[in-house]
Order: sequence, then C-alpha cells, then structure tokens
Amino acid sequence: MTAKTEKFLDFVGGNTVLTGQMLRDLFRRPLYLDLLIVQIQSVGVRSLPLVLVVAMSVGMVMALQFGIGLQKFGAKLYIPKLVSISFIRELGPIFASLMFAARVGAGITSEIASMVVTQQIDAIRALGTSPIKKIVIPRVLACVICLPILTAFANAIGIFGGLVVGSLDLRLDAGFYWQKVFSTVVLADYLSGIGKTFFFALFIAIPACYYGLNVERGTQGVGVATTRAVVSSSIMILVGDYFLTKVFWIIQSWR
Amino acid sequence: MEMIEVSHFRKMFGKKVIHDDVNFDVKKGECLGLLGGSGAGKSVILRSLIGLERPDSGKIQIDGTDVTQLDESDLIEIRKRVAYVFQNGALFDSMTVYDNIAYPLCEHTNLSKHEIRDRVLSTLQMFNLQGAESLLPAELSGGMQKRVGLARAIIMKPDVILYDEPTAGLDPANTVKIQNLIVQLKSTGVTSILVTHDLDTAIRVCDRLAFLEDGHVENLGAVADLKKDPVQILQLFVRGQGD
Ligand SMILES: Nc1ncnc2c1ncn2[C@@H]1O[C@H](COP(=O)(O)OP(=O)(O)OP(=O)(O)O)[C@@H](O)[C@H]1O
Ligand SMILES: [Mg+2]
Repeated sequence: MTAKTEKFLDFVGGNTVLTGQMLRDLFRRPLYLDLLIVQIQSVGVRSLPLVLVVAMSVGMVMALQFGIGLQKFGAKLYIPKLVSISFIRELGPIFASLMFAARVGAGITSEIASMVVTQQIDAIRALGTSPIKKIVIPRVLACVICLPILTAFANAIGIFGGLVVGSLDLRLDAGFYWQKVFSTVVLADYLSGIGKTFFFALFIAIPACYYGLNVERGTQGVGVATTRAVVSSSIMILVGDYFLTKVFWIIQSWR
Repeated sequence: MEMIEVSHFRKMFGKKVIHDDVNFDVKKGECLGLLGGSGAGKSVILRSLIGLERPDSGKIQIDGTDVTQLDESDLIEIRKRVAYVFQNGALFDSMTVYDNIAYPLCEHTNLSKHEIRDRVLSTLQMFNLQGAESLLPAELSGGMQKRVGLARAIIMKPDVILYDEPTAGLDPANTVKIQNLIVQLKSTGVTSILVTHDLDTAIRVCDRLAFLEDGHVENLGAVADLKKDPVQILQLFVRGQGD
C-alpha cells in the first residue's frame, strides 16, 4: 500500500471515529452550553467581516461580468435574475464556506494542534474530562450553527453588491432590481443553498478537529496540520457541492 | 497492600521499543522515586498509569483495577483519584491561574462558587502564588507554571500523585518548599511516584528508589538503606547524569 493511500484511509477512518465519538457524547452530561456560546461568538464574529467583504466583491463582479456580456444583446434586464439565483443557489454558500474553511477551519486546527503539542489536551484527559466534549463538540456545533447564518448574510450582501454595480455602472433602477430578485428566487432555491451549508460546516469542522488532534510531533506539525485541514475541507466542499446540488434538485422535483 | 502494580509492561513507538518488560509496584502510602536518564521513558510510564498512553502489552493495576482494560469514559473515575503532575505544567493557556486551579473542582464537585474560591486561594498560598490568580500562564515564569500545575493536580485531594520532575527548574527555596509539600502529602496517606533527575530530592522525600534503564526497572531498595552506603549513592548520581 502506498503512503498516500494509507494517509487517505487514515483520514477517512479517523474522521469516522471522531464523528462516532461526537455523536455518542453529544447528549451525555455535562453539556457545556457556555463553551458553545463562546465558540459561536468567536466563530461567527471572527468570520463575519471577511465573508461580507468577499460576498460584496463577488456580487459586484458578477453583475459587471453579466452586465457587459448581456448589454451587447440588450439583455441587461436579466442581471437581477442571474445574480440573485446564482448567488442564492451556489455562489453565496460556496464562497462563504470556502472563506469559513480558510478562517475558522484553519483557526480550529492550529488552536487544537498547539493544545496537543503543549499537552493541554492530555491535561483535559488527565483531569478526568473529555476533549471531545470540551473542545470538539462546541466547535463543530458552533460551525454548524454559524455557517448557514453567515451564508444568509453573504447572500444578502452579494445581491446588494450586484445592485450597486447594476445601478451605478449599468443604470438599472433599484426598485426594478429588487422586484426582479424577489420574483425570481423561490423558497426552494433559498433552502437548497442554505441547506448545503449545514453539510459544508461539517466538512470544515470535523476534519479541522481531526487534523488538530492528530498533529505530528515537532515544530512543523501545527503548520502542516493546518494546511491539510484547509485543503481537505475545500476539496470536500467543492466535490460535495456537486452531489448535494443533485440531491437537492431531486428533492425539489419530487414536490 | 499494593496501590500500584505494573507487570510485564511493554511499550513501543513505531518500531522503537521504549519499555521492554517493566515490573514494579508501590504500596499504599509509599513514595517511590523513579530515576533514569533523559528519554528512558519515565514520563511514558506515568502517562500510562492514568491511561493517557496505551501499553502494547502488560498489566497496570491501580488499587486492583487494570487500567489497560478501561475505555476513556471508565478512566475518568481513575483520573479523579490519580493526579498526574505534568513535567511542563500543561496549563490551559486561555484560562487564568485561578481558573486553571479551579478547573477540577468545577468539573467534579458541587461546591459553591464561594467554597471553590476559598479552596483555590488557600492552595495558591500553599504554593507561594498569592496575587497571581488573575494572570495568564504566558505571564508566569517556568517555575511558577510548574507550581500552578502542581496546585491544579492536588486540589482534588487525590489518593495517588504522579510527580513528573516537580523540582526541575525551580530555585533552591522553592525546591525545598516542594520537597516539604510532597513529604507533607505523603504523611496524609497519599501514594506517590516521583520521577526526577534530582537525586537530592529523591533521597529527601522518597521511601524507595528504582532506576529505569534500557526498558527495565531495577529496584534499588529502601532509601534508608541506601543512605548508609555513600558509595552506592555516588554511583547512582553518576548513572543519573548519563545520557
Ligand atoms: N507520542 C510519542 N511518539 C513517539 N515517540 C515518543 C512519544 N512519546 C515519547 N516518545 C519517545 O519515548 C521515549 C521516552 O520518552 P519519555 O518522555 O518518557 O522520556 P523521559 O524519561 O520522561 O525523559 P525526560 O527525562 O527527558 O523527560 C523518548 O525517546 C521519546 O522520544
Ligand atoms: Mg519526562
């Protein structure tokens, strides 16, 4: 077996075991709600500005690209439709999640990894408490709670970014823009976009904890673990997106 | 009555055999001094006693329970009774000194905030740490971190204490303080293992010494007997410097 395959199997197995431990401990007392609240604050607040800036720029660029392309055909009236549907179904969730992986996922891995290196995780265990409950579960839950909310913000700001470019550069009427946005997007689009981010949050938080807890000894360990966590989360988000989108289309067509 | 019994303990990291066949025991109320060169595997033995490390084979009994058979949640009961004083302190660096020391009480007791406060403050006093309660670990000197780690480990009044180099890096005054503290805890019936390079501390506080080398533990006998034989002490001193 090559080293690469072995690593991959370690990753799959390790994450599965970690998920199992989490599910087992999730409802066992004590629950540490205070730790969850601290994490929600730090995870949510830590990434909100970044997510907003990125969503705004993506929204603006999208409007510009579509606008210039469609203007030639006199079809710039489709801009609100295109920007809003692509943002709500795809771009908002994806960009919010990738930024979240880079900011929060990386933060979680490096924090946990340095706790391992300085034996703080061992100390949690030695003092008769569980790192799964004290460290892993609050972080994973905080991600699952915060990412969908951040995505909702990203959607709003991204569409607003489209409006800014639409009205300044392309002379679209703001009232017309919003009217088109609301008549285009249906609840199913919105739920499909936000719904995916619950899974993306897991794709970010669980590997982040896994790589942090399994950091290799030595000074480079923390950096290596962080890079690996961000790379594997990003891949899982992008590959997972295809399958989740498919699943959501199937569900949507049933109704 | 044996409190700790280790038999045929074997531990490898990868292909490297750290412990080949380690056997020793510690009686209730006894303090065993475990000597050995750097990298001999002293910390790994202590870590294994509370299940932080799993042996490849062998038995570790604490008060009759084989800890190698327990899973992580069953180990909690053992860990409440057996305190491990980390070599480097292992303090929670996001918490203040106060919160570090209060941690075991908050987790495992139903004491009121007020009672916890009293206990933490008197423990701080015992370790010469008054006034440090609101500092973060990063703001402490190495010696202070060590004492906070010690304070956190003993605040639950454990039955067994595993000291990993508790006096390394301390100044002489604090070393004597820690030595006295270990002796005092022993007099309350605590069973302990003291891992150290510091032969002077070992001779002052331990009842019996053992030497870990090449994956085996050699029993050196009672400190009282060793004291009568300065030549052997000198040899030990030289051996301890090796590596
Ligand atoms: N998690 C681990 N992975 C790989 N090797 C390890 C691990 N933990 C310890 N070792 C190795 O086991 C050996 C014993 O380590 P240990 O920390 O027990 O030594 P020690 O006797 O406490 O030394 P010191 O007096 O320097 O603290 C060392 O060679 C160390 O490199
Ligand atoms: Mg050691």
